[in-house]
Amino acid sequence: MEAEQSFSDICGGRLALQRRYYSPSCREFCVSCPRLSLRSLTAVTCTVWLAAYGLFTLCEKSMILSAAIFITLLGLLGYLHFVKIDQETLLIIDSLGIQMTSSYASGKESTTFIEMGKVKDLVINEAIYMQKVIYYLCILLKDPVEPHGISQVVPVFQSAKPRLDCLIEVYRSCQEILAHQKATSASP
Amino acid sequence: MVLKAFFPTCCASADSGLLVGRWVPEQSSAVVLAVVHFPFIPIQVKELLAQVQQASRVGVAVLGTWCHRRQESEESLGHFLEGLSAIFSHEPWLQLCRERGSKFWSCKATHRQVPASPGAPGQDQVMLIFYDQRKVLLSQLHPPAALPDHQAGDATASAGGLAAVFDTVARSEVLFRSDQFDEGPVRLSHWQSEGVEASILVELAKQASGPICLLLACLLSLISAASTSRKANMLVSVFLDVALGLALLSWLHGKDRIGQLADALVPVADHVAEELQHLLQWLMGAPAGLKMNRALDQVLGRFFLYHIHLWISYIHLMSPFIERILWHLGLSACLGLTVALSILSDIIALLTFHIYCFYVYGARLYCMKICGLSSLWRLFRGKKWNVLRQRVDSCSYDLDQLFIGTLLFTILVFLLPTTALYYLVFTLLRLLVVTVQGLIHLLVDLVNSLPLYSLGLRLCRPYRLAAGVKFRVLEHEAGRPLRLLMQINPLPYSRVVHTYRLPSCGCHPKHSWGSLCRKLFFGELIYPWRQRGDKQD
Repeated sequence: MEAEQSFSDICGGRLALQRRYYSPSCREFCVSCPRLSLRSLTAVTCTVWLAAYGLFTLCEKSMILSAAIFITLLGLLGYLHFVKIDQETLLIIDSLGIQMTSSYASGKESTTFIEMGKVKDLVINEAIYMQKVIYYLCILLKDPVEPHGISQVVPVFQSAKPRLDCLIEVYRSCQEILAHQKATSASP
Repeated sequence: MVLKAFFPTCCASADSGLLVGRWVPEQSSAVVLAVVHFPFIPIQVKELLAQVQQASRVGVAVLGTWCHRRQESEESLGHFLEGLSAIFSHEPWLQLCRERGSKFWSCKATHRQVPASPGAPGQDQVMLIFYDQRKVLLSQLHPPAALPDHQAGDATASAGGLAAVFDTVARSEVLFRSDQFDEGPVRLSHWQSEGVEASILVELAKQASGPICLLLACLLSLISAASTSRKANMLVSVFLDVALGLALLSWLHGKDRIGQLADALVPVADHVAEELQHLLQWLMGAPAGLKMNRALDQVLGRFFLYHIHLWISYIHLMSPFIERILWHLGLSACLGLTVALSILSDIIALLTFHIYCFYVYGARLYCMKICGLSSLWRLFRGKKWNVLRQRVDSCSYDLDQLFIGTLLFTILVFLLPTTALYYLVFTLLRLLVVTVQGLIHLLVDLVNSLPLYSLGLRLCRPYRLAAGVKFRVLEHEAGRPLRLLMQINPLPYSRVVHTYRLPSCGCHPKHSWGSLCRKLFFGELIYPWRQRGDKQD
């Protein structure tokens, strides 16, 4: 079962949330970030090239111009491969674990999988981020030493940063699975 | 709990038979290791499983049946398979079935002991997880960094379910020795039956590499006990080192470069000495507009100038022998690039020995001055340093003591700028030389401690170093069990370097920036490569 809805992120950009229910014990949430805008790309390229041309008129060395082109290309490739995240996915499988995937604009995917035995709970937390107060979804991990303690907080959807309404949808769905998981693991 | 069945991808096209593997009750997961084909004699299957269990200490058992229906009418096979659950009793009994030409499988898990109550259904939900057996067998799981106060024993106890899967497959190598194409009482299907190399040359190379690997292993075992990966890393580092050293050697000895170097060395040393002389003349005048004490300035300046004159004479004395010495030192590059770099660092230290001497003289003078100043300052205020109690106490001085003390204090204060300037200049020069030597040492450390074998392994066989696993949901049909593909998530390069780096034997400076600044301010001598346990000056 697939459903798509559009939300907005904390800066006002448009996000799309895609929900896939594969089975009662497996659900996937995919948040896609706003794409790289042509306007900002053009602005950055023009700034760099104008600065290089200004330096060229001062120094009369043509190597500056070729260096500027090279730097722009490398910078764009590096940005697409290491910085710009296109989509963030949360896959929750009952009694197996929670998997978070970030796919970059160049096609690279980086995945983290957390086993269900380590997950204590999934909560929505409030944080002060620059000059705003935002909500973010995070996974609490159990502390192996102390049974009621929390060893780590893993935030989810860090680049997309959706607003509270989107987070509530994801939270409710995940809590259904976690509740079922806790019920079955409590009983032998 | 949902029952998870880990099924190897190599057995997905195997003929019908029995499923053999390990059942992990805490995770409610069944790890299938192999499929036993018909015909088989149950006694022999049980014997083989007992042998494997004894050899590998893994609880291998018959978990259920596997049915691959190639033709339409194989209903009798289905009934026959159901009858097998009576012979090999296992709780729960898995029944996996695959239709010909269909991607979707059917799985059933039946519990016999648990009575079918309305709340708990007799047939559990089953989840199928496919895994590549060969990759899981060869990979090594690297759990995330444990907390500092973690005990080693706790880590194994709290190892997650996936570590148990890796562990099971890795330890059941005994089971994978015989295969369905071998002659034996029991015919198994596992990753070995996936196919052999098509090329004869590759096969021959594999056979020939056996004794070579044995030889390498013998050589490696001569090195002191360390894990295989560390030995491999050390060996590759040494090879690279020697290769780079030989390249440097061939470059140096070609085209008479040694002669050119030797010819350039003495003029460079002369030039450095000349620059130092200019610097001292500048200090003896009015450096940066500061007014120095003429007499002290002249004394110190003349002393250092004479030192430089001596140094230049020694260099000129040595100049006929320099080419010969350089040629012999260049030969040492065949031992490795790190040896050549270390010798270079030592040569720099020797050639700048006069700078080191100047630094020591300047620092000692400055240190004495500061000590005198601080003690006389205490006298000026009517206090005294109590050596027994290691603290400042008040003291009543006589008038003549106070008079002489104040006089000496003023003299030292007025002479302070001169001494401080000389100290500053020579300390900066010394720090420059130390920085150059430090950079060379860093390079040597890098060549020595970089785990090239592990990095190469991560590049070419990423499944060998696993940070974890990742799952992909395969095509799904409602009513059928969920199918997932488990793949290995390779370790990121930064963690590879961090985990496998060889301990660097270089001596790193052990002081922090704060203590360094303190030592510089008080004129204490700095020994950049002294170990902490050495005798303190």
